[in-house]
Amino acid sequence: MTEIEFVLNGKNVTIDVDPTKRLLDVLREDFGLTGVKEGCGEGECGACSVLVNHEIVSSCLMPVGNAMGKDIVTIDGFSKTERYRVIHGAYEDEGAVQCGFCIPGMVIATESLLNKNPDPTEDEIKDALSGNLCRCTGYNMIVSAVLRAAERGKGLW
Amino acid sequence: MVKSFIPGTYEEALELLDKNEMILMAGGTDLMVKKRNWAGLSPLFDKDVLFISELRELKYIRKSGGFIHIGAMTTLEDILVHRETPEILRKAVLLMASPGIRHIATLGGNIGNASPAGDSLPVLYILDAKIVIDGKGTERMVPIEEFILGPGKVYLESREMIKEIVINDVRFDMIHYEKIGGRKSDAISKISFAGGISYKKGRIDEFRCAFGAVAPTVVRSRKLEASVNGLGAEEIKKSYAELIRPIDDQRSTAVYRKKVCMNILDEFLDKAGEYK
Repeated sequence: MTEIEFVLNGKNVTIDVDPTKRLLDVLREDFGLTGVKEGCGEGECGACSVLVNHEIVSSCLMPVGNAMGKDIVTIDGFSKTERYRVIHGAYEDEGAVQCGFCIPGMVIATESLLNKNPDPTEDEIKDALSGNLCRCTGYNMIVSAVLRAAERGKGLW
Repeated sequence: MVKSFIPGTYEEALELLDKNEMILMAGGTDLMVKKRNWAGLSPLFDKDVLFISELRELKYIRKSGGFIHIGAMTTLEDILVHRETPEILRKAVLLMASPGIRHIATLGGNIGNASPAGDSLPVLYILDAKIVIDGKGTERMVPIEEFILGPGKVYLESREMIKEIVINDVRFDMIHYEKIGGRKSDAISKISFAGGISYKKGRIDEFRCAFGAVAPTVVRSRKLEASVNGLGAEEIKKSYAELIRPIDDQRSTAVYRKKVCMNILDEFLDKAGEYK
């Protein structure tokens, strides 16, 4: 066990934990942040995406030891922001959500993209979401939702 | 239970490695899947683990002379956006994994993992990459084709780690990169190909190409490359056909791989113009 310190959803946290444990498990089980989902557990589906230093990372692949000193934001924390409100509304209006399991990851991927590139093209959106699978809606509505979020949220990113 | 060590400096990491045989944990994107356990439980490591991914001393891209030096723990994303990154390497990295993986996966990790389907490898082979290996009190440099010995096997002593990758900053006049996978992102290659050509006075001055995922290690033939000027396209293809001997596995078949390799080579030679 080792003490790992990082910033989680804006708060400094310290946890005594096995550093090889997946960040995903630490977030869900030790911190109760169940907005982070486990899909495939091998980096192929993106359901476990979180922001690490404001960039998307698959938390099922990251040992918590590598999180030392990092700034980590999960959907649970991100959902309290104005940016989230805009993305949420856009996904809703475009009908981009059905079962919802992939959506926390999709929203994190959207934020990671818009934070770097507030005015993305359709192709850039597809690249940015390429690591996130959805088995319900097909991807067109999700891509439209990101375009709409970028348009409505001008100035936010 | 195995122990984990998170050194604060590179120096400290080498000290720790000198005392103990340990598994080197870079970004973890391959290792965490290999050692995966049930959800909620620690992964199944059988040796102590040394966390090296966050060592700042190993995160850099520097150009000096005709060479580009990339610190072993530089992430794929950092390579993608860096202005000194050669275009052919950028093309390969862009098709690797997904953004969520590229932000943590490292170049040193991709090399150390030594997967026959490692997508940075064909590019590193044609850029004559050299691997700088460091241990306490020892440092050596070996060409990538001597470093990678087979699937998952590398020429690395237990007290050593990859410090840096040095690539030749060749500016080819024409480059070609292909990755064939089951999906655009997050796919393990069925085949990958990197090729580059430079011309001098209308003739080929430099011809390089390498195939990934069709043999235990990347296929590149310097001998063949040196002789292309005297050969026609059909002869070149025939010579490569003898070198490329893929296998059937869960991702693809030998027949498909061979056929597609030949098609890619054909396209590459076509693009090279002189062989039309």
